[in-house]
Amino acid sequence: MAKFVKVSFQKDGMNKELSKFFKGLLANGAVDAVLTPMAQARKGVRLSLVTSPDHTAQVDPFAPVAAVSGAKIASSLTARPSGRKIAMVLRPCEIRAVVELSKLNQVNLEDTLLIGMDCFGRYENTDFAKFQEQGGTSESFLENAQAGKTATADCDITGACKICEFPAADNVDMKLCAIGAENGAVYIEAVTEKGEQALEKSGAKGGGAPAGRDEAVKKLVAARTEARDKKFAEFRETINSFEVLADKLAPCVNCYNCRVACPVCYCKECVFVTDTFRHNGEQFMMWADQGGMLKLPNDTLFFHLTRMTHMSLYCVGCGQCTSACPNGVDPMPMFRACADKTQARFNYQAGRSLSDELPLAGFKADELVEVTGQVK
Amino acid sequence: MSEFEPQIVAFFCNWCTFTAADLAGTSRLSYPPNLKIVRVMCTGMVDPKFVIKAFLNGADGVLIGGCWPGDCHYINGNLKARRRVANLTEVLKQYGIGEDRFWLRWIAASEGTMLKEVAINMTEKLKQLGPSPLRNMGQMAI
Repeated sequence: MAKFVKVSFQKDGMNKELSKFFKGLLANGAVDAVLTPMAQARKGVRLSLVTSPDHTAQVDPFAPVAAVSGAKIASSLTARPSGRKIAMVLRPCEIRAVVELSKLNQVNLEDTLLIGMDCFGRYENTDFAKFQEQGGTSESFLENAQAGKTATADCDITGACKICEFPAADNVDMKLCAIGAENGAVYIEAVTEKGEQALEKSGAKGGGAPAGRDEAVKKLVAARTEARDKKFAEFRETINSFEVLADKLAPCVNCYNCRVACPVCYCKECVFVTDTFRHNGEQFMMWADQGGMLKLPNDTLFFHLTRMTHMSLYCVGCGQCTSACPNGVDPMPMFRACADKTQARFNYQAGRSLSDELPLAGFKADELVEVTGQVK
Repeated sequence: MSEFEPQIVAFFCNWCTFTAADLAGTSRLSYPPNLKIVRVMCTGMVDPKFVIKAFLNGADGVLIGGCWPGDCHYINGNLKARRRVANLTEVLKQYGIGEDRFWLRWIAASEGTMLKEVAINMTEKLKQLGPSPLRNMGQMAI
């Protein structure tokens, strides 16, 4: 039975009230550290690792920005564990990437308390700076987003967020609930036993479940799913050949930022930066000879197609690839549309469950018979 | 104008399909010369990158030939290959390289005649389909 604590606040007091909860978690020893989005001393909001209860004042868990994927940070913090208990406040897409990374042994969930926040979307890093300059706060964002308004005068949430059908996190110990909450309140929900114990220890009290949440989440998921399917259809209709794909990727300069930003691109060393792809002059000349000329840097299409086969099975649709692209390629719909196909083939959904086997980690003798169409 | 001759890059497992090709040769079976055979130790070592690169370089078809399930020299390399092929097929299909150009077939060491049939069938199929859409792109694809 899920257990809720209501966090009521006066205008501009949400983060102050929420900070008491995190302070309680640390002060009462529920965890040794908290990883949460936090307003930085001068500018911006970043995930921060807090180990002292005296430093929780600046928490800002609902800030509509994710400058880097928190899943990568979670991996840095836990892949080689510290042995200390850590609560991690992450967005649903980050939680889903954490689930995948945990199955790839790149996140260790043993000493972690996962706290998933309700997410209406995030702004691009630079848009968020503008949003703050114009006086926007997490509170004002939530209030407007509840009413379906995420756009400001000159920016809106990212394209990935607009088609994200996972605004609420699963596979977590606790949730920070904002969707469907009345103005002036958010809720902390304990989902697992571990979460309940931590909630109790934190000292946060005050009952009342968010009455409209389930309905509001359902509505948001339905709207986002519709937008997603529309985007997929539009993408598949236009980008349906290698020629058009090459056109789409024409601005790509092989910087590989999309791969660096991707939380589920799991290879420790990408083959595209190894000696396999460090060719000598003779090789380049040979390729140029084949067709009389060679575009450089080469292997652009090769790189993106290889990434599709590598990460699309684990793609959570966070859109960090698009955010990281310095040349406006917008690879997100390309990877999401591909992920939709590859994951469906294996009846897999990235981030759905910790117990679903990774599609390429297993095999059976009597499956996928249609691939060869041969029966002995 | 001469008839279109498809280029097929064929990755054959050392233990079965390559041996079947050998058998086809010693049995004096003739099959189309469109196959360019690359001997690999197991279908399980056929990296999806090999296949992508073959297509990007203008191959009209890619054929992977391996041992029947249960017969793999390395116990299960062929089963891993099958999952990878299913995955890669989904990727390539979106842009116009479908199952008709990218084949995985089980051909045991004793099945020289089957190798011949597969080679004939695939060449025929590709002749019907015409050149790979990536061929027109030339250096753009690389």
